[in-house]
Amino acid sequence: MSGLIWGAIYGLAAGMVISLAAFIGVWGERKIAGRIQLRYGPQELGPFGLLQTGADTLKLLLKEDITPAAVDVRIFRVAPLIVFAPAAMSLAVIPYAYGFAPIDTGVGVLFFVAVPAISVVGVLLAGWSSRNTYATLGGLRAAAQMISYELPRTLSVLPVVLLAGSMRPLDIMDAWQWWWIPLTFIGFIVYFIASLAEINRVPFDLPEAEAELVAGPFADYSGIRWAIFAMAEYGGLVAASLFGAAVFFGGYLGVPGALGVIVFVLKALVIALLMLWVSWTFPRMRPDQLMATAWKVLTPMALIQLVLVGAVISWL
Amino acid sequence: MGLDVESRRVVEVEEGGTVEELVVNVGPSHPSTHGVCRVIAHLDSEIVTKAEPVIGHLHRGIEKMAENRTYLQVVPLTDRLDYVGSMYANWAYCRAVERLASIRVPDRAEYLRVIVCEMQRIASHMMAIGSAGADSGAVTQFVYAFDQRERIIEHFEELCGARLTYNYVRPGGVSHDLPEGWIESLLAFCESHRKGLDMMDKLFFGNVIARGRMKGVGVLSAEEAVAWGASGPVARGSGVEWDLRKHDPYSVYPRLDFEVPIGSNGDCYDRGRVRLLECYESCSIIEQAIAQLEPGAIMADGVPRLLAPLPGDAYDHIESARGSLGVYLVSDGSPRPYRMKVRSPAFCNLALLPMLAEGHLLSDLVVILGSLDPVFGEVDR
Repeated sequence: MSGLIWGAIYGLAAGMVISLAAFIGVWGERKIAGRIQLRYGPQELGPFGLLQTGADTLKLLLKEDITPAAVDVRIFRVAPLIVFAPAAMSLAVIPYAYGFAPIDTGVGVLFFVAVPAISVVGVLLAGWSSRNTYATLGGLRAAAQMISYELPRTLSVLPVVLLAGSMRPLDIMDAWQWWWIPLTFIGFIVYFIASLAEINRVPFDLPEAEAELVAGPFADYSGIRWAIFAMAEYGGLVAASLFGAAVFFGGYLGVPGALGVIVFVLKALVIALLMLWVSWTFPRMRPDQLMATAWKVLTPMALIQLVLVGAVISWL
Repeated sequence: MGLDVESRRVVEVEEGGTVEELVVNVGPSHPSTHGVCRVIAHLDSEIVTKAEPVIGHLHRGIEKMAENRTYLQVVPLTDRLDYVGSMYANWAYCRAVERLASIRVPDRAEYLRVIVCEMQRIASHMMAIGSAGADSGAVTQFVYAFDQRERIIEHFEELCGARLTYNYVRPGGVSHDLPEGWIESLLAFCESHRKGLDMMDKLFFGNVIARGRMKGVGVLSAEEAVAWGASGPVARGSGVEWDLRKHDPYSVYPRLDFEVPIGSNGDCYDRGRVRLLECYESCSIIEQAIAQLEPGAIMADGVPRLLAPLPGDAYDHIESARGSLGVYLVSDGSPRPYRMKVRSPAFCNLALLPMLAEGHLLSDLVVILGSLDPVFGEVDR
């Protein structure tokens, strides 16, 4: 029973963290995208337009929740949650501060790379249940994309696991050394690119692909259900940058106490900014090019990194 | 709607089995159809087996409407043909009227027409290049291109008060002379525009993903380009040297020195890049035309408000941003045209879509459509 209560508390906390991250993230992204695109971004509501996201959220909440007549109603309604839940779950194994991860488990790294893959089921179901050609194509694209990118993403974090000799995130943090940064840099690049694909951002936002599929699986969603999809995307962005900052850049290490958490968040923020910068600069890839990148470029790169780390370990 | 599309079509395959083909309606209201075009795309997984453009959603009967208006009243109608390049339709129509009524246009007006049309070429190509970015997912490229376009539009607004439908070129000359300080700010724009073009060349045409999206996609051979009547950047991207400014010189173009950029592969990349390179040439043409510009009249003497040319017909064409734009006029001696016919380059270029898109992915379909740069006001008329 206590597990259930703990789970409920955690779920609430994760939901709030993601909501807050999405709240600030949407504002930040719009500001940054604005600056990249020679405009100002939101600036009317509140100081620096900070309240704009609040107004938009209110609008989304009050909007009619349209369920088109042709859709498979039950699946259509549950799909956003299937996409959102894994994003929230993957936040649970991240080591936030010295000796603290919400779920302290021996298979934390595996959990982190495996759980977000569940969200693809939600995207696929959203596309399928919409009974709309664009949505179906988008859902199928999402499935193909996730399968291709899970492999290099998993391989890219393995070198750190090898170096630390553990899959428990807190053990990794304890064993972490500064010289891992140059050693695992190829791994980080693979992780960065694969994460972009994982969270459906340009240049890998093929399932959505506004230019050809309009909004893909999300085309028929409106109001709060659509907002849940958007929040899941932000949750994925937050989780990917936090985890990357922890295992590749040593997270909170070297700075004591609460200050460590701030340093950790700042490191994650830099990775998130890089992701935004990339996605507001590059064009979108084509499905076949995406597959080729995953299998012919990223997977070999991740394997080379693994061999490199293996060689260094045997030499140590 | 007259055209009914069955959503799935059964296709026979080998070994006696059948598979269903997916039919996707791209448009008429879709982010990448550049207006109101509907493309019926038959898909085998994501590969386009057949793409059928359905046109006519923007048909307003402009050619017919022209028959009920005086020659001067038709000019605003021509604005609405190619609404991304209104100056061209203005000019092509006015050239036909001037030929019909034997009006001689003063030199200054000819120079002003060249200047505004080269500005229009930049503005139109910026829209084409920008939407090539949007079609392949690079929204930022779209905004950068539109920033350049906006500065041209501001100059047009200052010149004739309108941002889109200028009604500037009139039979016999142009409607307004240049405002004060306009030349200086235009020259400053040309200077900054070259830098903007350099940046777009690196940011978009140099980007590895953008090259991957456009190179080798929608290849049009030079022979096919000629056979299908393609013109403008679509033909020149395939290596066809055909530019009316050079090969059927009109106005004061023979006095100006410029190059005609030619592509070699005929793919989407070459079509896009030819447009980019043409913008550099347009800048140089504007600068030369301004240097040669002399004070004088901007309207021919004695052009009556109610033109009534002698019975006869006239055809004239100019090089618009989309290709050879021609206007054919028949006069029966009355103050209204008996018949007007527009030879629209966008229409001829759009006809290539089914051939170019076949065998490519759905993602390529929108890139190919964008590279043909159709404007549906001109396609549907």
